[in-house]
This record gives sequence, C-alpha cells and structure tokens, in this order.
Amino acid sequence: MPYTIKINGTDRTVDVDEDTPLLWVIRDDLGLTGTKFGCGIAMCGACTVHMDGQPLRSCSIPVSAVSGEIVTIEAVDGAEAKAVQSAWIAHDVPQCGYCQSGQVMSAVALLRENPKPSDHDIDLAMNGNICRCATYMRIRAAIHEAAKTLGAAA
Amino acid sequence: MTAQDTKLSRRTVLQGAGALVIGMVLPLGKALAQRAPSQAPVDPNAFIRITPDSKVRLLIKHVEMGQGPYTGLSTIIAEELDADWSQIEASSAPAAPAYSNTLMGLQGTGGSTAIAESYMQMRKAGAAARAMLVQAAAQRWKVKPEEISVSQGVISHAKKKKQARFGDLVADAAKLPIPIDPPLKDPSQFKLIGHDRSVGRLDSAAKVNGSAKFGIDSIMPDMVHVVVARPPRFGGKVASFDPSAALKVPGVVAVRQLSSGVAVYAKGTWPAMKGRKALAVTWDDSGAESRGTDQMEAEYLKASKLPGKTVKAEGDVDTALKAAGSGMIELDYVFPYLAHAPMEPLNGLLRWDGDQVEAVYGCQGQGFDQGAIAKVFGIKPEKVSIDTTFAGGSFGRRTTTDCHFAIELAEAAKAIGPNRPVKLVWTREDDITGGYYRPMMVHRLKGAVRDGRVTAWSDSIVGQSFVFGSIMENFAVKDGIDRIMVEGAGEISYDIPNFRCDVAVAKSPVPTLWWRSVGHTHTGYVVETFIDLLLEKAGKDPVAGRLELMGKTPASRRAATVLKAVADLAKWDGKKVVDGRARGVAVVESFSTCVAQIAEVSRGADGVPVVHKIWAAVDCGVAVNPDIIRAQVEGGVGFAIGHILFGEVPLDAGKPTVANFDQYRSLRINEMPEVEVLILPSANPPTGIGEPGVPPCGPAIANALAALGHERPTHLPMVKAA
Repeated sequence: MPYTIKINGTDRTVDVDEDTPLLWVIRDDLGLTGTKFGCGIAMCGACTVHMDGQPLRSCSIPVSAVSGEIVTIEAVDGAEAKAVQSAWIAHDVPQCGYCQSGQVMSAVALLRENPKPSDHDIDLAMNGNICRCATYMRIRAAIHEAAKTLGAAA
Repeated sequence: MTAQDTKLSRRTVLQGAGALVIGMVLPLGKALAQRAPSQAPVDPNAFIRITPDSKVRLLIKHVEMGQGPYTGLSTIIAEELDADWSQIEASSAPAAPAYSNTLMGLQGTGGSTAIAESYMQMRKAGAAARAMLVQAAAQRWKVKPEEISVSQGVISHAKKKKQARFGDLVADAAKLPIPIDPPLKDPSQFKLIGHDRSVGRLDSAAKVNGSAKFGIDSIMPDMVHVVVARPPRFGGKVASFDPSAALKVPGVVAVRQLSSGVAVYAKGTWPAMKGRKALAVTWDDSGAESRGTDQMEAEYLKASKLPGKTVKAEGDVDTALKAAGSGMIELDYVFPYLAHAPMEPLNGLLRWDGDQVEAVYGCQGQGFDQGAIAKVFGIKPEKVSIDTTFAGGSFGRRTTTDCHFAIELAEAAKAIGPNRPVKLVWTREDDITGGYYRPMMVHRLKGAVRDGRVTAWSDSIVGQSFVFGSIMENFAVKDGIDRIMVEGAGEISYDIPNFRCDVAVAKSPVPTLWWRSVGHTHTGYVVETFIDLLLEKAGKDPVAGRLELMGKTPASRRAATVLKAVADLAKWDGKKVVDGRARGVAVVESFSTCVAQIAEVSRGADGVPVVHKIWAAVDCGVAVNPDIIRAQVEGGVGFAIGHILFGEVPLDAGKPTVANFDQYRSLRINEMPEVEVLILPSANPPTGIGEPGVPPCGPAIANALAALGHERPTHLPMVKAA
C-alpha cells in the first residue's frame, strides 16, 4: 500500500508492504544508497538515519511506523555535519568506508545534543555503530576535533 | 604482447563527458610485454590516462576494501610522474590479464601484496609517462630533454622560460614510443613516498557523504533482487522444494533452483527475504556435516597426539623433553571457526544479454571469478566484464578458491534468463552461517626448560586445509604439506636446539578460507604465548629472554630489531603490575613484514580483559604511505582484539549457532584501545601491511594476562558466550 514519508526535505510516496523496513524503502524504492545494510537487526548502525534529528536504525522500523521527517547521509547538513565530515577527511577515518555513513549520522546527532562530548559520552553515543575495520580511534579523534571546530565557531 | 599490440595500446579513445579525448596509455614492464601473444589484452594495457584537461586518471588493479590501494598505487605513480596530487583520480581497473597480480600470476588482491607486487611496476609506469611528456616538451621547445624539469604537474624549461601542463603535451606524447626501462628516481628525491601525510586518502571524501559506490549500491533498470535459501548444514543439498507460498508473497516474481540452494527473485530486497522465509525446502543432509564443534575439537585433540606429517625436525625432542623432568610443559590450544563478517555482506549485480555478461561487485579475485562466471554461461572469459566497485571490507572473504559467490551470482542470472539483471544479496545471517571460515585449529605444544634454558619445542597441528583439492594446491603445497596451515609454526624466530613441528589434515564439509593473516592467526598466538610461558619458567624477562634466542637467522635478527623498537617505544621495564594493569609482548613476521606489539591490559569487573593500549613497531620495508600503514595496524589491532576476545562460530550438529552481530560479537568503540605505531625506517622493498598488524596482538594480550597472574588462555575466544 502507499506510504508517504518526508525525506531529505521532500514528500515521497512509495507502494510497499506495511512491514517493509525504512532501510529498504530508502535504498530500493528511493534509490538513496548512502544508507547501508549491515545486519537488519539494529546491531551494527550502518543504516543510521535521522528522524526529527534523532539517530534511528532504519533497518528496524517499518515504513508504516515512520512518524517524523527523515534525513539521510546524502542530505545531512548544518554546522555539525560539516564539522564532522571535515574532521573525518582530515583524519582519514574511513578504511573500507561501508559503516561510515552510519558513523557520521551518529556523530552528527551526538554533537547536536552535546557539543563537547567526553570520551565516555562518545562511547555511549557511538557504540551502536560497528566498524569491522576498527577505525574507532580515528572516529574518536575526529569527533573531538569536530567539537573543537564547533566550539571555535560558536 | 606483440609489437602490434603495443602500438595499439599506446593510444586509446576515451569517451569523456560529451567529448572525445585522447588518452595516453602505458604498458606494463618487460615481464608482461614478453608474454605470449595469446595473453595480450583486448582492452589497452594501461594504468595511466592523462587527458587534455591535465587530469591524471589512474586505473587501480587492486580492489579498494579499506586497505588503501587507490591511494597507495596512486602515490607511487604520482611520485615518479611528478604529478600534483590534485590532478590524480583513481578508479578500478577492468578484469583483464594486463592487471595481473605479479606475485599471483592472476588478477586478484590478497596476501597483503598490493604495494609489494606493484611497487616497481607502478614506479616504471609513472616514470615512463614522465619521460614521454618530457620528450614531447623537448621536441616542441627544441631543447634537450635533460634540461627540462617536472614538478607538481608542471613541465618547465628554465632558460627558455617555457612551461606546460601535462594536458598540453599529451597529444604529442601519445605518439612517442614507450620507454620500456625509464630511469627511476633515487629514493632521496621522493616527495610523496614515505612522507607522512604528504597525500590524503583519495576515497575519504566519498566515504563520508554517502556517494561512494559499493557493490550493493549498484543499480540497473529492471533488475530483480535475489536471496538464496542455502542448506542449513554444510554439505547439505536441496532434496525438494515447494515455491507456492513464496510466490504468494507480494513482490516475489520467481523461484529457481541453483546448485547452491533455492533462489527467490523479487522486486525488492525485502520481498525477496520474505519470500525466502515462506519458501518450503526439504534438505538432503546425507553428505552434510553432522558433528558439533565440541566433537570436532575432541577428535582433533586426539589426532594431535598421533604423529603427523613432519614439517621440520631438528635435534632430539623426545630425549630433551624427558630430560627436563618437571621442566616439561604440555598445552593444548584450540582455535574456533571464525567468520570474516565484512560490514558489507557479499552481494553482486550481474546482467547477461544472452551473449555477454556484465558483473558489478566488490570483486577481489577477477582472475578467478571471470573464468568461473564464463563457465556458467558457456562463454569465453573475454565476454565477461567485471566492474569492480569499492568493497565494504573483506578480510579474505571476497576471494575464494572455488569462486562460489561468482558462480551463484551467474547461476541466478542464468536461471531467470537473459536481459534480467539480478542483484544477489547475502544477508548478515547468510554471511555468518555461510561458512568459508578461518578453520578450526588445534595445536598440541610440548616444551622443555632445563637449567634456565629452553631446550625443546614440539608443535603438533591439526585442522582443515582449504588448499588441498583447490586451485591453490600447486601454489601452497610443498612436500605434501599445506604451507598455509603451518606458516609461522614450522620456522620460528627462536633458536631452540631440539625442535619439531608436524601437521595432520582434518576433513569436514565446512568450507574454510584465508582470514586476515591466515595461518598466522593461530600460529602467531601459539608460538608467542608458548615461548612466553617457557621463558617465564626459565625465569627470563619476556623481551630479554626472546632476544637471547634470536639472532641466528636474518629473519630473527629483523624480528629482534622490531622487538627492541617496541620495547623502547613502550618503555618496557619488565612485568610490574601498575594500577592493576600489566603488559605483555609478542612479535610475529607475516607477509614479509615484522610487527612487534606490547599490550597493556587489566581485568574488568566482569573478568573480561580490558586492553588499554597497544604499542606497535613495524618493519614493512619502504613505507609508501605511513598514515595508511598506521591505519592498517590500528585496524588490525582492533580486528584482532574483537576476535581473540569474542569471536567464535560454534556448530551444533553441523549447524552454526550464531548468525548475526548480536551473537557474533564485534569489537565496539568503547573496547578499542589507544594504539601507538612506530614505523621503522627501511630502504628495503615494501612488504605487506593489510594483515601483519593482526597476529601479535592476541598473544601480547594473553601474555599481559599472565603478567597479571592469570593463565594464558589456550581455548579461544577468551570470553566465551554463556
């Protein structure tokens, strides 16, 4: 049946079963492939998007339950997103890069809530995002750097 | 390649954005140029394409799966070409003999060979292009080539005050003969190679904004999504199936039997997965594995007590063991099956038009897969094109000796008929329960310490071989021994007068495979924990005691240098426990690279080891991109810790009991230690780095636990699931 969701600023209507996870709507029906499939059970965070600004594992919410505005990696924007993405590049965080869309989405959400996170805050906000390449050290360093950039700009 | 081919390969016409541009194409070095004409590629044999807009487009023959070949190979070419880094664009090479791995003889990535095998080839390619551009400038400006200089993409003649960019000269340069042996830079002139952060990774930007394209992101019009129901037990087969319930799921369009199982085709991934759930399949388990890993372990341990095939024997081990009396130590080690679980599960897109095939995926073994796909369709390999995308990790999983994934993808397309592109996706459950594991291995160790000296060493290894009976057999079997099973165990860095290593091969239908650092995943752990235990018995310091046993061979002298370097880096002062933390050390050579690590470890409240810091010293020859080397060691450490602590795929009556990241636990950010990496300066040719960061980490942690007063774990993982 048809569902209309607001995604990246636009209303989009898709005709899918009600139990279709948002992830597959985003990837297969809307062709936005930056959001990744990693586990399908909300254990790895590769599919993280924002719903009304909050991080959400899109593999584990059916399209019928989507109640807010969705933003994906393709459209995430604002000071925090720019700071995070620049810091990620400066530290050459990605290796294979497959989890990094999700990592970036989680990090942006963290910095919007907490502009100066401690290591412990980073652990709590980011430990739902698995990186099999184990780029965690650089993720941590890049979040601290992004926080610094944001602090300097404020 | 014939002279005719060389001429043809000098120029290629690239279809640019609405315009035709002349590309300058360079051949490989002498080795391939002298190959038989039948191996000459149809596609021009090229790594470098310089276009009139002065873009330097490089074709990278190694799949980019995080280990950095896009940046690494580009750095080497840019260095010799004297290009400006901003000119460089990297993309994947097609499947063609021109892109063979010079160490493998086939196109493929693995064994930590990307930089090692291509270093001279890429330098020569860059130098040849530079020489041709210089020659073209010399002709145009009517000056001698040796008066011309090139820097950051600008060619100039100082006296005549002439300057040109690469693009200005490319049309002339393309008409010139290609120098086969162009002069290379003296390393003292390097501006990029070995210069820390002189270049950033070419793939970082695309990987932080969602635009990087992985295999799973590939789309073709009218493609159908496919998942496959495979036998729950390894070696099982389809007995019968009833597609009717699956076909009733909205979106499911077809169900077909493949040699690997039953494929469900649908308009989307989700309906395909739902269709598979609804599918009724009866499995024939008559040839399947029916044992659990507990039983297999018991059988392997029993086999380890019988004499295996001798890998190496020196002195008289039995007498020395007997003579040691209470100084004799026996230990059994058990290593579990491990899944690679790359973040991007296996997947691929394939179109067959009835004649030709186009496959798009993160292919790691083009030289293997191209022929395997061709065989499924009964066509020539040249009719199969492979567009290699980024791969979301691999750790060994994306290249197999049997090409099972490429064959399944091809069969899925063939079964539904031509002009119906198929997108085959393995779910995470398919991945973790799908086999091709690091084999379960057992080592039975005996050692002797007498009068403060290590006098005897015996290692009996039992496990599956993924080499016997595969296309790798000729390559990896010597004197009837699978060298991959015993790498790192048959030859060790320590000079022990009475030494024995033997091996026995166990059989199972469970498919096994190389897994980041391969044999060293278990041999490194065994050798480095057991020597540490023997040295403890002998009352020796772990670093000083190791050094006393090293030095007889060049390899052990190199290991000793790296060991000393890590001890200095960590300010090693013995075994003192400070604030509940203790340190352990290990050194392992793998893929011709030597890595020593020191781990600082404590026990958490729940008894789980907490790794606080890893110091690493690395000798990998010339360090092309120091920061990528650091990243590979950091990542290798994290990969090692996750599996040493938690990694295990147990089988119950032949079925895996873990299927996803809730049960196959992965290291998470809160468990990642600080990693400090020291790269030793070297003028030797570059060696591997994708894997060698892994092996020393586990034993260093185990040895730190021993320093804390615990036993070194011998049955991995260290933390067993309840």
